[in-house]
Amino acid sequence: MNELALAVPWLGKRNPLAARWVVVAIALVAPLIAISFGRTWVRVIDFAMLYILLALGLNLVVGFAGLLDLGYIAFYAVGAYTTAFLASPHFDVHLPIYIVLPLAACFAAMAGITLGFPVLRLRGDYLAIVTLGFGEIVRIFMNNLNYPVNITNGPQGINSLDPVILFGWDLSQNLQVTEDLSINSLFLYYYLFLGCVAGAILFISRLQVSRVGRAWAAMRDDELAAKAIGINTRNLKLLAFSLGATFGGVSGVLFGTFQGFVSPESFSLMESIAVLTMVVFGGMGNIAGAIVGAIVLSALPEILRHIAAPVQNALFGHVILDPEVLRMLLLSLAMILMMLLRPAGLIPAAARYSHIKHLKSKGVTQ
Amino acid sequence: MEIFLQQVVNGLVVGSVYALVALGYTMVYGILGLINFAHGDLVMVGALTALQTMMFLMGVAPGMSPMAMLGLSLLVAVGVCMILAFLMERLAYRPLRNAPRLAPLITAIGVSFLLQTLAMIVWGRNYHTFPQLISTTPLQPVEGVFITPIQITIVAVSALMMAGLILLVTKTKLGRAMRATAENHRVAALMGVDTNLIIASTFVIGAALAAVAGVMFASNYGIAHYGMGFMPGLKAFTAAVLGGIGNLGGAMLGGIVLGLVESFGAGYIEQATFGFLNSSYQDIFAFIILGLVLIFKPTGLLGERVSDRA
Repeated sequence: MNELALAVPWLGKRNPLAARWVVVAIALVAPLIAISFGRTWVRVIDFAMLYILLALGLNLVVGFAGLLDLGYIAFYAVGAYTTAFLASPHFDVHLPIYIVLPLAACFAAMAGITLGFPVLRLRGDYLAIVTLGFGEIVRIFMNNLNYPVNITNGPQGINSLDPVILFGWDLSQNLQVTEDLSINSLFLYYYLFLGCVAGAILFISRLQVSRVGRAWAAMRDDELAAKAIGINTRNLKLLAFSLGATFGGVSGVLFGTFQGFVSPESFSLMESIAVLTMVVFGGMGNIAGAIVGAIVLSALPEILRHIAAPVQNALFGHVILDPEVLRMLLLSLAMILMMLLRPAGLIPAAARYSHIKHLKSKGVTQ
Repeated sequence: MEIFLQQVVNGLVVGSVYALVALGYTMVYGILGLINFAHGDLVMVGALTALQTMMFLMGVAPGMSPMAMLGLSLLVAVGVCMILAFLMERLAYRPLRNAPRLAPLITAIGVSFLLQTLAMIVWGRNYHTFPQLISTTPLQPVEGVFITPIQITIVAVSALMMAGLILLVTKTKLGRAMRATAENHRVAALMGVDTNLIIASTFVIGAALAAVAGVMFASNYGIAHYGMGFMPGLKAFTAAVLGGIGNLGGAMLGGIVLGLVESFGAGYIEQATFGFLNSSYQDIFAFIILGLVLIFKPTGLLGERVSDRA
C-alpha cells in the first residue's frame, strides 16, 4: 500500500500515511464526485475499476515476471463467456455468482496454463507474438462458434446476462433506502469493483515481497542466473500466466454481469494493447503504476470525448476525430512517447530501475 | 483434382504476397533483432496511397492508359512508404537501439496502431473499392482451374522483386554492408561501414517491398481499408519465422508454404472436421503454424539463428 501512497504527488513522499488515507478517501467518494457531472461519469469510473483489475493482472505477468503477453484479453473473454454460458438465458442456465465466479476463475487459470505450457521456452518478442496469436485464435472461435452448433452466438454476442445477486440483493436494481432516497445501481457496482480492486492490491502487494514475487523479479532480470541459483523458472512462469489469467477471468465475470452483454468485439487485440499500454504508461512492475495508468488511460478518452467534439465543432464546424479514433491515437502515442521519453513509466518501480540511477551517477549509461 | 490445383494456384498467389512482406520483417529482424510490427501497416499505407493517386490521376488525366496509371501510383506508394519507414526508424526505433528489448517492441506496437489511426483519419473507416486496372477475367489453362491475369502479374512481380533483392544483397556493396551489419554492428562500424545508414536503408528497402505487396494485395481483392495490413503483416511474420528468421530465402519459402497451407486449410477444413469448422477459421492456421514452429523447430526451415533472444 505504501507504493500506492507514493503515487500522490508531494504528500506521498513526506507523509505516506496521510497520503494513503487520501487515496482511500478519494476511492470512497469518487462516485459521489462523478455523479455531480452526470451518470455517465459513474459508468466511466466503474469501467476504470475494471481496467484497474485487468491492468493489475497483466502487470503481474509483464511487470513482475517479465513475460510480454499480448493475448491477455483472451482470459478476460474466458471469464465473460463463462458467465454468459452459466448465467444467462442463452443456454437457460442461471447459476449464482458464487458458483460462476470461482468456475470462471478456474477456467481462466486453466487457459493460462494451456497457453503457458507450449511457450515456456520462448521469451521476449517471440513470446509476444505467440500470445498475440493465442488471443486471435480465441477471438476467431468466439466469432465463429455459432455454426453448426450455436455455442457463442457468433458476432451478435450473448444478451441479458444475469446481474450480480449477493445474498438475494440484486445489484442491478437501485437500492431504495428511504421513500425518496435511492442509491443508483452504478454506485453499488462501483463499490463491488472497489472491493475487488482493494482485495487484489492487498494480495499483489503481499505477493510481491513473498518468495514467489522475488523469484519472479530474479527471473525477469536474468533468467539464466535465476535458474543457476535453483529457481524453478518453469513453475514460476506457469504460475505467473495462470495467476494473471485468473485476474483476467474475474474481471471478465464482473464485466459480463455489469454490462449484461458480451460479444467478441469487446475482446479484440486493441483491448489487449490498451491494457498493456496502461501497464507500460503507469510503470511496469509497479502496483501504483498499473492503477494510475488504468485510471488515466480509461478516463482520458472519455474526458476528451466531451471536450474534443465541441472544440472541433467550434473550430472546423464538424467533428474530424471521433472518440474511438481519439482513443486509439492517444493510446498509440502514449506507448511510443512513453518508451522514448520515460521508459520506466509515470511511476517507476523502485527496485527495477534503481540500478540505472546508480550507473548514471558513475557516468555509465545503459 | 481441380479443387486441388485451384488451391495450389490460390496458395501461390497469396503466398508470394506474404513472401514479399516477410522479406521486410526478416531483414529488419536480421539486422536489429526487432519485430517491426508496423511493417504490416506499410502494406496498408501503400495500398491506400496508390488508391489516392489513382483517384487523382483519373481526375487530372482521364485518358491515361491503365498500365501507366498503375505504374505511376505504384511509384508514389513506394515513395511514401519509404519516407514513412525512414521516419519510423529515425524517430522511434533509433533512439531505442540500446534500450532493453521490451522498449522497442512496445514502441513498434505503438507505431503500428499510430499508422492505423492516421490512416483512419485520412481515409476514414470505410472499405474502399480498389480499381482493378489489370483484368480479372479468369483464364482456364486447365479445365476447371481458374487463374486471372492479375494473379499471374502478382506472382511474376513478386518473383522479380525477390530476385532483385537477392542480387542487391549478394552482389552489391550495399548488400555486403548490410550483411556485415547484421553479423555484428560494432565490428562493421569499425570496418568503416556507416551502420546507421545501412540500418535505415534496410528499413526503406523493406518498406518498398511492402508497398508493392500492398498494391498487389488490394488489386487482387479489389478493396482497401485502414486495417487491411495488420493481419497480412502477422502472417508475413509467421512466414519469416517459418522459413528461419533473418534468412532471405527462408522468408520466400515460408511465405509460399504459408500461402499453400492456408489455402488448403480453408479449402479442406470443412471436410476434415465434418462440417464443424469452416473456411471462416482461415486465419487460425498462421498462428497454429507459428506456435508449432517456435516450439518444435525454432530455427525454422532454413535458418540457423537461435530463437532464445529476449
